[in-house]
Amino acid sequence: MNVPELLAGKRVCVCAGSGGVGKTTTSAVIALGMAAQGLKVAVITIDPAKRLAAALGLEQLSNDLAQVPAERFAAAGLEVKGELWASMLDPKRTFDELIDAAAPTPERAGAIKENLVYQQISGAVAGSQEFTAVSKLYELFGDDRFDLIVLDTPPSRHALDFLEAPRRLNAFLEGRALQAFLKPTGVGLRMVGLGVAPLVGALKRITGVDLISDLTHFFGLLGPMTDTFSARARAVEVLLRSEATAFLLVTSAQDGPIAEASWFRDALEREGMAFCGAVVNRFHHDLSGGADRASVEAALAAALADPELAARVAENFADYGVLAARDEANLARLEADLRSQPVLPVPQFDSDIHDVVGLLRVHRFLFGSDSEREALIAGLLS
Amino acid sequence: MVSGAVSPLPLLEHRLIFVTGKGGVGRTTVARALGLIAARAGQRVIIAELTPASQAPDSRAGGIAEVKLAPGLFTITIDPQAAMEEYLRVKAGALGSALAASRIFGALAMATPGMRELLAIGKVWELAQVQRIRERAAPYDVVIVDAPATGHGVAALRTPRTFAEIARVGPIARQASTIAATIADPEFTAVVGVAQPEELPVSETLSLARALEKDHLRLAYVITNMCYPERFSEAEIARLESARQDAGTLTDAPLRAAISEGRRAAAQRPYLERLRAAFGERLVTLPYLFSAEPDIRSLADRLGTQL
Repeated sequence: MNVPELLAGKRVCVCAGSGGVGKTTTSAVIALGMAAQGLKVAVITIDPAKRLAAALGLEQLSNDLAQVPAERFAAAGLEVKGELWASMLDPKRTFDELIDAAAPTPERAGAIKENLVYQQISGAVAGSQEFTAVSKLYELFGDDRFDLIVLDTPPSRHALDFLEAPRRLNAFLEGRALQAFLKPTGVGLRMVGLGVAPLVGALKRITGVDLISDLTHFFGLLGPMTDTFSARARAVEVLLRSEATAFLLVTSAQDGPIAEASWFRDALEREGMAFCGAVVNRFHHDLSGGADRASVEAALAAALADPELAARVAENFADYGVLAARDEANLARLEADLRSQPVLPVPQFDSDIHDVVGLLRVHRFLFGSDSEREALIAGLLS
Repeated sequence: MVSGAVSPLPLLEHRLIFVTGKGGVGRTTVARALGLIAARAGQRVIIAELTPASQAPDSRAGGIAEVKLAPGLFTITIDPQAAMEEYLRVKAGALGSALAASRIFGALAMATPGMRELLAIGKVWELAQVQRIRERAAPYDVVIVDAPATGHGVAALRTPRTFAEIARVGPIARQASTIAATIADPEFTAVVGVAQPEELPVSETLSLARALEKDHLRLAYVITNMCYPERFSEAEIARLESARQDAGTLTDAPLRAAISEGRRAAAQRPYLERLRAAFGERLVTLPYLFSAEPDIRSLADRLGTQL
C-alpha cells in the first residue's frame, strides 16, 4: 500500500495530527508525489519551516498559490508530470478576503474590519487558523484548475481541533444564541425560567455593558452576512464528509501520538468522515537482526581494533535498539487497532527534512511499492 | 511560601510558571519534571494542563478537580466550561448559577472567541492566589501551567489583556486587567520555553521570545530537550565510515547507527549555538532519552542541577 493507492479517486487530502509530528513536510511530499504522477495539485501549508518553504519556492510568504517550478525536482531525479502549486496560509488575510467577498459594499467590509470584535476574531484568537484553513480548502475545492487539494492542518495538541475550532467560530458568527440573548425578550432568557430583567442585569454585571454593546454592534454590521457564513459552514461540513475527501493521520511512533491515532480514527468515523490511513514519521526500524550486544561488541572490537570505541558504538546501538523496540511495538499496536486502514512508516533520518533532496527521500517511502519500501528499509542509512 | 517550604530553585520562587513550546518538544514532560522538583523540596505544587494531554475518553472526565498525585503534588485539567460555572457561582450567586445552568448561555459563552482561553487562564490565576476564591480551597506555593503550543500559548497569555481592552469597563475588564497585571509581574510569573535542537522548534522559540518582549515579558529559561549525546568525534566518525567498507553482517548495522548518530549530533550543534547566542545562561539542555517512556525522575534530577 502507498499514498497513490490511498488517495485513488480523492479530490481532497487532509493531513491531521498533533503538533511536532511532521505534518507540513508530509503534506508537501504527498502533494509533490501526486503532482509527479500527473495530477494538478494544490497544497496549503501552515507555518512551514523557512527552508522547507524555500524548497517549495515560497520564499515570499504568500497566501496566494504559486506554482512550484518542476525543474528543481527534475534536477534531483523526480519528474513532475502534472503541476504542483503551494501556498502558505495567512489567517488574517484569508479572513479579510472572506469579509470582502460576503459584504454587500466595500464600505460595510471596511467597517467590519475596523471593528474591535472582528479584529480579535480574525487575528489574535485561537481558532482563526483552523477556521481559515478549512475555509481556504473549500474555496480551492471550487476551483476546477486542481485535481487534488492537500491540506496541512494547524499545529494543535489534538488532531480533531481543526474540526472543532471552526465549528465554535461558526457558531459564534451565526450569532443566533447571542442574538436571542441580547434581545430583552429573547427565548434564551425565557428558557432559563427566570424573569428577564434580573438576568440581563446579571449578564451585564458579569460581562460589562460595553462588551455587550460592542457585540451587538458587530452583529448589526454582519447582518444577513451571518447567513452566508452559515451556508458556507454547512457546505464545508458536507465536503469533509463526502467521498471526495480523505483524512490521513500523521503521527510519530511515540506512545502518546500512537494512542491518539486510534482515538482519532474512531472520532472521525463517528463524524462520518473517511479515515484512510496513517503515516508514522521518525520511525526507528530494528536493525539488529537479533544479534546480542556481547557478540556485536566483540565483532566491532575486532573490526575497529579499538575496544573502547567499539564499546561506545555497541552502546549507541543498544540505545537505538530500545527506541526500535518501542516503535515496532507501537506500530504493531496501531496496525492491530486500525485493521483495515494501512499504516505507512517513514524512518527517522539523519537530519531534518527541509530541502528538495530530503523531500525526495521521504517520497520514496510514501510512494514506493511494498517491495521497494522493504528494500529501502534493508539498506536504510546507506 | 504558603507551605513554609524553602524553594529549591530561583525559578520555583515564582507562584505561576508557564511552560510553553512547539508541539512535540516535550512540554508536558518538562512541566511534570519541574513539578516533581518542587514537590521533592516540600512545596505544595499543582500542574495545570490547559489542554488535556490526551483526548482518550478516560482522560476526558472534564471538570476542574484538583487531583493529588503524591504528597504535595497535584494536577488539574482545566475544562473551560467547568471554570465558567465556578466563576459564575462565585461571582453572581444564585443568578450566576441560573446562567451557568442555561444551555444557551453556555453555548454562547463557549462560542465567544477567546472566552475559553480567558476562563482557563482565569482559573490558573485563581489557583495561584494565596486567598483562593474557590470555596475552602488550600493555596499552592507554585502553579506550573502546561500551556498550549507556542502560537496558541502566546495567544493564551495575551487573552486577559485583549479582553481588558475589548470590554474596557465592567467586571470582565476589571478581572481581565487584574489577571493581565499578574502575568506581567516578573516576581509572580515566569515563562519557560521548551525547545529541541531542530530548525522549527528553535525558530519558534526565538519568535516566542520576541512576541513576549512586545508584552514586556521575558523567557526565564529555554529548556532544550532531546539533545543527542556527543558520543563520537569527527575523526572517529571518519574511522567508522572507513570500517564500513568491509563490515560484516554483525558490524554493519551498528556502524551505520553510530555514523547516523554522529550526523544528528553534528546537525544539532548550530541550533544549540543559535539558542546560546540568544539566551546565554538561560539556556538549559536535557539529553535525548533512550527509553520507551520519558523518565521524569531522571529529567528532574538533571534539571535541578542546571536551573
